[in-house]
Amino acid sequence: MNSKTTETEAPVAAIRKAGRHVSQNEGLIFEKSAPGKRGMQLPPLDVPAVDPAKALGPEFARDSVEGFPEVSEIEVIRHFTRLSTWNYAIDLGMYPLGSCTMKYNPRVNEFVARLDGLASEHPQQPAGVSQGCLRILHDLQKCLLTITGMDAATLQPAAGAQGELTGLLIIRAYLSSKGNPRKIVLIPDSAHGTNPASVVIAGYDVQNIKSNERGQIDVDRLREFVTPDTAALMLTNPSTLGVFEQHIAEIADILHERGALVYMDGANMNALAGVTRPGDFGVDVMHLNLHKTFSTPHGGGGPGAGPVLVKKFLEPFLPVPVVVQRENGQFALENHRPQSIGRVRAYCGNFGVLLRALAYTLAYGAGIRQATEDAVLNANYIRKHLEESFDLPYSLPSMHEVVFSDARQKKFGVNTMDIAKRLIDYGFHPYTTAFPLIVPGAMMIEPTESESREECDLFIDAMRSIAAEAETNPELVKTAPHCTRVGRLDEVAAARKPVLRWKP
Amino acid sequence: MRYLPKSPSERREMLAAIGARSVEKLFESIPEKFRLHEPLPLPGPLSEMEIIAYFQARAAENARGYTSFLGAGVYPHLRSVVTDALVQRGEFLTSYTPYQAEISQGTLTAIFEFQTLMCQLTGQEVANASMYDGSTALTEAVLMAERLAGRHRVLIARSVHPEYRQVLATYARNLGLEIEEIGFTESGQLDRAALAPERLAAACAVVVQSPNFFGILENIPALADAAHSGDALLITSIAEPISLGIVRPPAEADIVAMEGQAFGVPPSYGGPYVGVVATRDKFVRQMPGRLAGQTTDAAGRRGFVLTLATREQHIRREKATSNICTNEALYALTATIHLCLLGKEGIRELAAQNLSKARFAQAELEKIPGVRRVFSGPTFNEFTLEFPRSVKLINAALLREKIIGPFALGTHYPELTKRAVVCVTETMPRPEIERMAAAVRRILETPI
Amino acid sequence: MYPQDYRYTKDHEWIKADGGIGTVGITDYAQHELGDVVFVEMPKVGAQIKAGQSFGTVESVKAVSEIFSPITGEVLETNSALVNAPEKINQDPHGSAWVVKIRIADPKELAGLMDAAAYEAYIAEQAKEHSA
Repeated sequence: MNSKTTETEAPVAAIRKAGRHVSQNEGLIFEKSAPGKRGMQLPPLDVPAVDPAKALGPEFARDSVEGFPEVSEIEVIRHFTRLSTWNYAIDLGMYPLGSCTMKYNPRVNEFVARLDGLASEHPQQPAGVSQGCLRILHDLQKCLLTITGMDAATLQPAAGAQGELTGLLIIRAYLSSKGNPRKIVLIPDSAHGTNPASVVIAGYDVQNIKSNERGQIDVDRLREFVTPDTAALMLTNPSTLGVFEQHIAEIADILHERGALVYMDGANMNALAGVTRPGDFGVDVMHLNLHKTFSTPHGGGGPGAGPVLVKKFLEPFLPVPVVVQRENGQFALENHRPQSIGRVRAYCGNFGVLLRALAYTLAYGAGIRQATEDAVLNANYIRKHLEESFDLPYSLPSMHEVVFSDARQKKFGVNTMDIAKRLIDYGFHPYTTAFPLIVPGAMMIEPTESESREECDLFIDAMRSIAAEAETNPELVKTAPHCTRVGRLDEVAAARKPVLRWKP
Repeated sequence: MRYLPKSPSERREMLAAIGARSVEKLFESIPEKFRLHEPLPLPGPLSEMEIIAYFQARAAENARGYTSFLGAGVYPHLRSVVTDALVQRGEFLTSYTPYQAEISQGTLTAIFEFQTLMCQLTGQEVANASMYDGSTALTEAVLMAERLAGRHRVLIARSVHPEYRQVLATYARNLGLEIEEIGFTESGQLDRAALAPERLAAACAVVVQSPNFFGILENIPALADAAHSGDALLITSIAEPISLGIVRPPAEADIVAMEGQAFGVPPSYGGPYVGVVATRDKFVRQMPGRLAGQTTDAAGRRGFVLTLATREQHIRREKATSNICTNEALYALTATIHLCLLGKEGIRELAAQNLSKARFAQAELEKIPGVRRVFSGPTFNEFTLEFPRSVKLINAALLREKIIGPFALGTHYPELTKRAVVCVTETMPRPEIERMAAAVRRILETPI
Repeated sequence: MYPQDYRYTKDHEWIKADGGIGTVGITDYAQHELGDVVFVEMPKVGAQIKAGQSFGTVESVKAVSEIFSPITGEVLETNSALVNAPEKINQDPHGSAWVVKIRIADPKELAGLMDAAAYEAYIAEQAKEHSA
């Protein structure tokens, strides 16, 4: 520690990445509202005006939307601009969130998504005047199939979780066509929460399979667990520990021998693109998260897209509509597919997100491998430099992410959440805390390829500094963050007496 | 590569620091037989200019310059440039889900405002931070009703969007939920007589859409009474929520499942959009999706956090009632900004313009011999007409004049051939409405 | 700490039997593990519960814990005080924060439960495992 501080005063000198700044206050938009103000002027009506009260009658008419804000355009601009300055973002610096793949969101993607002729197209318009949209979907499919080594795709699912459900329904339909949908899906205990949730919504039962002492799928145990009731194994590869399942070939064989399928959660595809293909190592069906590996922006929580890719034998079961290219070269949406699982959402998918993912893929071409290599390089660089400061519960080689635990800092009463909050003072967004569940006090770090060496070094310095603070000044860490507009918020009160909307 | 902030020498240095001779070493945990040794045959790499050229070429292959009379769940509306100027700020665009509240107050405050606006519009007490879209919002609302009522059948109006019903069917099939469809009367509204007590007693909910797929407004209070008389819930789906500017909100419904695309989200060939589930306070713990709640920090400063997280999959896992994780936050923000710009007066004026334009178009079209209105119920910005010949043929002829005609009902409703739903919003200039009416007249005058 | 006249389960519920009625709650160990309780989900009065069956949940901000019934019987009463004040479970888990009262169908089931001494030994074991 190179500054004199009291127990809970943040030592500013130690922090290189972030400093203090005057940040604007702002209330809720409703608190700025006053009658008579307006933010948007509509063009005048060029047809005779119809009085809603007369046209709809008292049974259906409404006077006004009570409580709706009345503010001017500049107030809207100031309000949301001020709000935005309270957020951390990828554009500001590293988000080391494990399995989230917070990479750069290229701006050309935003530009092309807004082009007139793309943003304006109605999903129900005839295919004859939608060839541009359909070709975009077709070209993206082709790229995703090339990258994953799979045979057929659906771009419909709106997010990874919906992709998981879609994939599971495809598995169910396939197994049903063989006479028995079976009952159980196996899930490693390191899995993301959406996995078991999706299984249940697909109408299957979850059977958790404990990881071995290396954090990998226990192959011997798997052999016992796979019975005639097993429909599939749902695995993430690399695992949520960031480690490649080395026995994947054997694992796939075990499932296939017994007539079950292998589903891969593609959340960690950022470790694999251009280097290996899931279709080659035994995966039958998988989803991708375009808002992770394929750079589409998170936007504060979404949108996403979760395309599902399958092997040929599962193609008949894909949801409708399917994007096809006819013999005359024309693209179309095919709805008549007798074995399809049906529709999983209205229209053909999150087109605006899919378009951005295609723009990303075109920017890289085969060079996508370089992104993968840089992602893995960054994660290993960080791992190497933090191994002395933090406990590494599993020692197998990391790919694009590394999982430490707070075991050493726990001795001083400091846990992963505290360290994460203190990281905020150092100008970073926290890593993923308390996941995967198989690592108590987990600290899951995924830098992605978008981080420069400089940013990685700043992160390493920050983490080392916090590790030292945990020993010499634990209270400082336990009461962090200190430099934010608000401190730790009372989540208990928020859950006991929820206040979920503004009231006058 | 311009997205990768490393020089070759930096890569070398970092590898040296790790003690790896080459980057290939870092991939040795992948069995050799699965490692690729050839570059993938992908198109590119393209410069920014070439990427733009590719997408501009695609845009030219679509319906740019055409006039469209399609609604059917997706509605073209005016949007201010202010919305994109704000939504494209990196702090909104490139931020993550607000799990770390201290550095996500921007997102959380906006979500709290969104939830409030949705309640104000729908007359419900609580709304979530978004679902994927209207179709999945409806499905989740039905599953919620199933849990609340403990019954495994749902009564759904045939006049609910056909694709929404298909989505519900896909989910329901694997969860043992039975779907029974209820028809419509000549008003175009749900046939209330079909809601017999025995039917209701077995159902968790009655589901309607308002305005429905035919453009007709449903009588929500009467339907709520009917449903409640059988201890079933009433779920109202809303695909065109601009209607709420002048149409009374479905406050009597137990759950509202809404599509928010009409709030400044471009049609974008089907997505991304933004769904919402809104309901009574007493049902909040059964509601899926994220929720932002107000609270304070130790110093008493107001702040917002994601709350009631124990409903969600990352905590409940196999006990979860919904698997939703990623939502449509950026489009909830888009909707929030758009609605703030419109404001109390603006949304009313906008809705009134839609009504006026649609009534004008209807009058023009009804002047054509053989064209007549179907369904007597009240409408907003969509209405159903019957034509003297196949809508498919009429639309094919209209397309040649760069007009995308109304939505033909025959595919989804075999008894409604030669009928189509016309949508007219505030974006449709009067001359275009007149041009379309003239074209239809001309087409119908031409012998087949 | 742990009342002598209560019986305890491995899932950290307690039951106090009195005149054919069992009052059930969760133990101090359980509330401590859970942290600040924000919500308690309770069954409907009249519900028929089997021994070992889950009849409700206790929630903290980040976790949900099921409550398993120590015995078989009918739910006679649920503790309405927990609706507005779930924090009672943290404050007085063995007393005013009881969760349900069940009519005991089979008194022999009580014999299979741990007494206070056995439970204290059990949780000492658990605590050792957690810190290992």
